[in-house]
Amino acid sequence: MTSIGTIFQREINAYFLSPVAYVIIAVFTVFSGYFFSIMLGITQESTLRYSLAYTQFILSILTPVITMRLLAEENKTGTIEPLMTAPVTDFEVVFGKFLSAWALYNIMIAPTALYIIFLAWVGSPDYGAIIASYIGLILMGGLFISIGLLVSAVTKNQIVAAVIGIVALLILLVIGLASSGNEGWFYNALKYIGTYDHWDTFTKGIVDTRDVIYYVSFTALLIFIVVRIVESRRWR
Amino acid sequence: MIKVDHLAKRYADVYAVDDISFEVNQGEILGLLGPNGAGKTTTMRILTCYMPATSGTATVAGYDVFRDSINVRKQIGYLPENVPLYPEMRVKEYLSFRAKLKKLPYRERKTKIDECLEKCRITDVQNQIIGTLSKGYRQRVGLADTLVHDPKILILDEPTIGLDPNQIRQVRQLIKELGEKHTILLSTHILPEVEMICGRVIIINKGKIVAMDTPSNLATQLRSGNNIMIEVRGNGEKIKNSLSAIKGVKKVVWHDRGELNNFTIEAERGMDIREDVFANIVKNNGIIREMKQASITLEEIFHQITMQEQEVTI
Ligand SMILES: Nc1ncnc2c1ncn2[C@@H]1O[C@H](COP(=O)(O)OP(=O)(O)O)[C@@H](O)[C@H]1O
Ligand SMILES: [Mg+2]
Repeated sequence: MTSIGTIFQREINAYFLSPVAYVIIAVFTVFSGYFFSIMLGITQESTLRYSLAYTQFILSILTPVITMRLLAEENKTGTIEPLMTAPVTDFEVVFGKFLSAWALYNIMIAPTALYIIFLAWVGSPDYGAIIASYIGLILMGGLFISIGLLVSAVTKNQIVAAVIGIVALLILLVIGLASSGNEGWFYNALKYIGTYDHWDTFTKGIVDTRDVIYYVSFTALLIFIVVRIVESRRWR
Repeated sequence: MIKVDHLAKRYADVYAVDDISFEVNQGEILGLLGPNGAGKTTTMRILTCYMPATSGTATVAGYDVFRDSINVRKQIGYLPENVPLYPEMRVKEYLSFRAKLKKLPYRERKTKIDECLEKCRITDVQNQIIGTLSKGYRQRVGLADTLVHDPKILILDEPTIGLDPNQIRQVRQLIKELGEKHTILLSTHILPEVEMICGRVIIINKGKIVAMDTPSNLATQLRSGNNIMIEVRGNGEKIKNSLSAIKGVKKVVWHDRGELNNFTIEAERGMDIREDVFANIVKNNGIIREMKQASITLEEIFHQITMQEQEVTI
């Protein structure tokens, strides 16, 4: 039996025992609702596309708040020591924590489903595009969380972890935004690294394997690096 | 049960643990005694697979701590220094989490947890949030965690640090009881503690083992003043007599090895007789191959330890 589930369960409980989870869900709901109503008013179109474009910005700020405590807190209070001297592998610990943050992220975005009901009521939305957007949103969450987890692994200070995480995600967003619409190998490279372009494809209703591979492989690479960082106390 | 062989751990350019070897036998309670910074925690972290040694090997219950780390971790219950716990969890919930991590089968979990709560006398706080517990209760929650998968070996790092005298007494009593079923390695910087709990003591200072014996033997050795050990080539009989005549010498033990002779010279407390010893041996045409002042270091260590105790009690 693997310990991933055990770690996952503890982390989820810890989230909902602290105010952080509720605050994040509330903040996200308020802002996403605000963008939804504004964009609906401007475009008069029955689509989530424009409001979701702004959502990425909020997610870049909120996701590192989800992940900040995952390893930084264990490093600070020393609970990492009993944890790592239990018969569990470093991967089980890291992946269990990753999954718990990803679950909270998905719980956080779940209320936006209400907007779809609203759209169906006022018009006839393109459900294919909506499903694609959600696939993109969930995959992007995995990437954001693995970045936040990486930052949390290298510090004892949760606030530092959150700030560095936010800056890193905003940089990823900005290099994607800035290069969008430009051509040439340099801009193409930036577009590939940045999250914006990949995400944009999903919101248009296209699930392109290249974008899926981008998110999944980038996430897997980061989780691999976090496992190595957690392991690194063994050679320090 | 635990076998440590020429173990060393280096941080940057200092050795926290410097070439130590010892064994913990099945069923015994062994104390690691030493002042702060002696290397006790580092040794325990290596044995519990939290970090690897720079050199040397260690096996726990027959498994190598580096190559067989998961198996080692299944055999031990480890109480880290200062007992880090998750403050937001409830006591029973925490033990249940730990039992799952330690792969205790579902069927046994509930009875085992109840048994540990009982044994550590925390049944009455089982539904309390850990963050609201006193230091003494937290310590016992940590101890319950070490027992929950019924490990053969317990490794306890300063289990009584930061407790009030009453709590200290209770925790010591508990450890003694646990010693009936488990092999225990514990560390402390409190001298009377090892005398009370441990069958055998290793005194460690600056990463090196300076003495290893039963608490009562160590105490005798300590009271006997300072000893000088020498190895001399020459006429043993003649040298022994002349050494015995030196002012301040209480006793000379001669170990005759033919050409070579070993002497243990017991001098009065506070007397430095090394130069007289040297002069006397030269006068009798002996050649000194080695001279060391063994128990002076031991005494210094004890001095340091007692100083710390005073600081703690004040
Ligand atoms: N992570 C670390 N980095 C550098 N030095 C360390 C580290 N941990 C311990 N040390 C040093 O190693 C020595 C032994 O420490 P430790 O094993 O904690 O001693 P003890 O537990 O006996 O008080 C000390 O001098 C300490 O400063
Ligand atoms: Mg220590």
